[in-house]
Amino acid sequence: MEATHALASGTSSLLVWLIALPALGATILLLAGRRSDKWGHLLATGLSGASFVVGVVELFKMLSRDGESRGVAQHLFTWINAGSFRVEAGLLLDQLSICFVLLITGVGTLIHVYSIAYMEHDHDRRRFFSYLNLFIAAMLLLVLGDSFLNLYVGWEGVGLASYLLIGFWNQKPAYATAAKKAFVVNRIGDMGLSFAIMIAFTAFGTVSFQGVADHAGPDHKQVMTWMGLALLLAAAGKSAQFPLQSWLGDAMAGPTPVSALIHAATMVTAGVYLITRSNFVFDSAPTAQLMVVIVGVVTLLFGALIGTAKDDIKKALAASTMSQIGYMVLAAGLGPAGYAFAIMHLLTHGFFKASMFLGAGSVMHGMNDEVDMRKFGRLRVAMPITYLTFGLGYLAIIGVPPFSGFFSKDKIIEAAFNAGGARGWIIGLAALLGAAITAFYMTRVMVMTFFGQKRWADDAHPHESPKLMTAPIIILSVGSIAAGALFAFGSSLQQWLEPVVARGFVEGEPALPPIIVSIMALVAVALGVALAYVKYVRVPVEAVAPANVSIWTRFARRDLLQDAFNEAVFMRPGQYLTRALSFFDRKVVDGAVNGTGALFGGLSVRVRRVQTGYVRTYALLILFGAALVLAAMLAARI
Amino acid sequence: MYLSSLLLLPLIGSAVIAALPAGRTLLAKQIALGTSVLTALLGIAMALQFDRALGTFQFVESHEWITSFGVKYGLGIDGTGLVLILMALFLAPIVILASWNEGQGGRFSQKAFFALLLVLETFMVGVFAATDVFLFYVFFEAMLIPVYFLIGSFGGPNRSYAAVKFLLYSLLGGLLMLAAVIGLYVLTKSQFGAPTFDVTELSALNIDQNLQRWLFLGFFIAFAIKAPMWPLHTWLPDAASAATPGTAILLIGVLDKVGTYGMIRYCLPLFPEASHYFAPAIVVLAVISIIYGAILAIGQKDLKRLIAFTSISHFGFIVLGIFAMTSTAGAGATLYMFNHGFSTAALFMVAGWMISRRNSSTIADFGGLQRVTPVMAWMFFIAGMSSLALPGLSSFISEVLVLVGAYQTYPVAAIISTFAIVLAALYILIVVQRSLHGPIAPGNETLPDLTTRERVAIAPVIAIIIFLGFVPSVLLNVINPTVSHTLMQVQATEPTPTAGE
Amino acid sequence: MNPNNYLVLSALLFSIGAIGVVLRRNAIVVFMCVELMLNAANLAFVTFARLLGNLDGQVVAFFTMVVAACEVVVGLAIIVTIFRSRRSASVDDANLLKY
Repeated sequence: MEATHALASGTSSLLVWLIALPALGATILLLAGRRSDKWGHLLATGLSGASFVVGVVELFKMLSRDGESRGVAQHLFTWINAGSFRVEAGLLLDQLSICFVLLITGVGTLIHVYSIAYMEHDHDRRRFFSYLNLFIAAMLLLVLGDSFLNLYVGWEGVGLASYLLIGFWNQKPAYATAAKKAFVVNRIGDMGLSFAIMIAFTAFGTVSFQGVADHAGPDHKQVMTWMGLALLLAAAGKSAQFPLQSWLGDAMAGPTPVSALIHAATMVTAGVYLITRSNFVFDSAPTAQLMVVIVGVVTLLFGALIGTAKDDIKKALAASTMSQIGYMVLAAGLGPAGYAFAIMHLLTHGFFKASMFLGAGSVMHGMNDEVDMRKFGRLRVAMPITYLTFGLGYLAIIGVPPFSGFFSKDKIIEAAFNAGGARGWIIGLAALLGAAITAFYMTRVMVMTFFGQKRWADDAHPHESPKLMTAPIIILSVGSIAAGALFAFGSSLQQWLEPVVARGFVEGEPALPPIIVSIMALVAVALGVALAYVKYVRVPVEAVAPANVSIWTRFARRDLLQDAFNEAVFMRPGQYLTRALSFFDRKVVDGAVNGTGALFGGLSVRVRRVQTGYVRTYALLILFGAALVLAAMLAARI
Repeated sequence: MYLSSLLLLPLIGSAVIAALPAGRTLLAKQIALGTSVLTALLGIAMALQFDRALGTFQFVESHEWITSFGVKYGLGIDGTGLVLILMALFLAPIVILASWNEGQGGRFSQKAFFALLLVLETFMVGVFAATDVFLFYVFFEAMLIPVYFLIGSFGGPNRSYAAVKFLLYSLLGGLLMLAAVIGLYVLTKSQFGAPTFDVTELSALNIDQNLQRWLFLGFFIAFAIKAPMWPLHTWLPDAASAATPGTAILLIGVLDKVGTYGMIRYCLPLFPEASHYFAPAIVVLAVISIIYGAILAIGQKDLKRLIAFTSISHFGFIVLGIFAMTSTAGAGATLYMFNHGFSTAALFMVAGWMISRRNSSTIADFGGLQRVTPVMAWMFFIAGMSSLALPGLSSFISEVLVLVGAYQTYPVAAIISTFAIVLAALYILIVVQRSLHGPIAPGNETLPDLTTRERVAIAPVIAIIIFLGFVPSVLLNVINPTVSHTLMQVQATEPTPTAGE
Repeated sequence: MNPNNYLVLSALLFSIGAIGVVLRRNAIVVFMCVELMLNAANLAFVTFARLLGNLDGQVVAFFTMVVAACEVVVGLAIIVTIFRSRRSASVDDANLLKY
């Protein structure tokens, strides 16, 4: 790949407003406190919407330029200037980041609107909106930063916002613990980003995307490989990929709009953005790419398997998110052949998963915050709009044509087969298997929630949610119907992203004809749906989870033992180490210090016994002393 | 005459307070606050006239003091000194305001508490401004006196033990340093003909390898005790938990910086060969401090001890930055000293208020504070975030600089140290969860939120933490020339990008 | 001259004095034994001065006498005070300065 290409060829002074508007909202709401309770949610929604408008303006400006000169930059000020380390506060908006900007501000604004109604009765709604605005600002910084360090700021910023929002109801200890867990696991990933920054600076003397991209190529394969692995660690942490996936399920403790925005549509996909943005690193490092693919494949199956056993609707959706992001990571690991599809799936997933999460929120809203699907059933009658939109999302995620998921997932499976050789077959078949399991567990969610017998408690009075909540869901559903076809038509998204992620890439001969892959995918989906039909429609769903299930189901219910593993391998030994070191510090290190003190104290107690207070003892001692001195002098003479 | 005025002003203030009749406590506090604010303003005036392009001493004053030993009353500051003096001058009024009601029930009157604080301020400025090794030594030891009384007379239940432990540790270090100072005296006498203690002249000394290493150790151990580095750290948790929060801020925030400042000012330029020789060993100790302090912080049950252990971890980062000997890590280390002063100050201030409201410093006694005292909880949260180096807050920048710079020369050490960012998340979030989140713990239902005075005290600290997270160049521009000057003196070669152009 | 007799006498006197100081309990007696030792030393000084034809020894002997006189002044005063307060001049009764 030629490294002479500049990421940005123009400038735009509007970029900073994208971030500044929501950041301003968060600041005002946090500083004003309870005084802004009355209008805080409106201000936050308005500012998020304003940011979306700026994004649209930038999109049109971008459309008016040709492919190679669409990227624009804005230099704000010199942020860090220490010794040889220099980082500018600069923003970069190109074809890749504009996709994210519109997704974040668009879906973000819709979810703001939804939350006005969803959080209406919460005492702390204003605080919730300030966190949402903080998240939007941080996420925009993440996708707009023009260097790894700028990205890092947004990266940890969204982590903070996610922590605050997961723990929004932190008076419940379990929720507070979930928030902490998310932050700590994310920080493990952040270490990877730190490593990447250290490697980049030491090797290239810069941490900007442009600066590192200039060195891309086979010359620096080793450096790029290490950097790629470090970035993969970061991506795994943020995107809940194996082996750092365990936090996502617990993160469902947050209010449902948060799960829709942060833990489905935007933040968790940041890892995919990172890999795609660092395409110049991965394209120079085949080993790192292979690792990315492996992580993606493992996670997509891992998440799908967990999804089959979850009775909590949000946790089932979370497992599905994990699995779908596995698809994206897998695609991103395929290099220039897959980046565009990763982003396409990311965008379509953003629509349909957000709409489904909001649908789940709508169900909870009508069901006294119940999340156990075994207590749902037959809700399609009580909540027609929610049912319809959720159903559209369902069709999209399992990949039924012509809904959006079909186009994006099909492309990824196709690209997987095209990876070539045995590798292509393995990951292709794994992706197909994932599609089948996805169809199975999503059908299960659909059936358990909206079909079958009503199983809800007597005091539940399911009702459709207010318009403020259904309107955003409807808009998102339109996205989940149309987005896929729009992006896939004439490979429009592929061509749009080509200057950024696949410059000069020529597609090879496909390993299998696309139509065969599509048919295989549809067969897999049909199998999955059929199996779910047999298990959950033919046999009525029980209101209490059956206890005498196979070991595999129990295994899946416990998230494939991920938490048990982490607890046994990291947490317990960690606690033991902490206690052991505390003991060591008290007894050994400080013990040596106090021991020295005690030694001198003890010695002086012994030695002072000589002071009897009797004059004659002293006189005798003097006499002996004098005799000794004399003897010594005489001995020296002789 | 700026520096001498900075030295004199607090001293005069404390003399006035001491001369007040007993019982005029309020007036004493007002005088203390007024004096420290005035001194801080004077410090700002000085900083505005500082020439940022120079890496050498400015505002130099030099007068003969003990002629026969060649001792001078020599003052002067470079970028590092300026940054640290500013930190001390900013923190002093904040500490006085934050500890308005402290010092009651001590062995001496509250008046004495504030007089001692001002005396301490004088010595803190002196120790960072001295350019004469002998004068530095005098300030270095003199500082112990007010601190000893501040801990031993006004602290908590364990104060006598903690104060004596602190004193003995410091005196041991001081003794070793004194031996090294005398060694320098003998050397200058034989090499220059006349003895001198001027640090600039001393750096021209030609010391043979073996002797250089011994002298280096004399200075270094004294500074390592102050800094505090593993395994010489055990006095700090005791002292910090026994002292009043205000004293603890000055102790950890400013006083301990004398250790790391001394390494930059004396160890590196005076003994370049020995510095290179010992650097790998010191880097190992620094990494141990970083990880060890963080792990122990996780295990603490007492709020103040927890903060003390986080500081041991942070001091590890500073020492790592100093001995990595790259311009990036060096600038990061100096910036870290400043940032750490403020983030620890914020933590100790809020922790102090929490403790005085709840009458307990056990973390388990708190819980659910976010819903009882939201402002206090937010302040604690922000301070905690600053301690775990969240981007957007000042400590993030210094931590990144140290890690990135250290990776250039000691990649393995940098990688191991990076694990501390996970440990930091653990030790901060665990205490945040236990004290701020969860159900409201019994006994906490009616705790009052921060008063106006307390808000005024903490606001500037938080403001500085956030401001420097975005505009660190204000300080970095001052620090950079000094760091490159020091690296030149120690003959360190700046690593170039390994991949080349 | 032959100094032997003088020196032997001096040594004897010194030994008697030393033994007295160590063994006797009465402060006055101990005090007198100290005087005895001082005078034994004086005798030795004078002997050597005579032997060597040098006045230094004689001078030192005078010094010793002066010091001894001062000592008597202070020492007796202390003994008398102790006797007054404790009704005893035994040195074993006054061990207030022990550890």
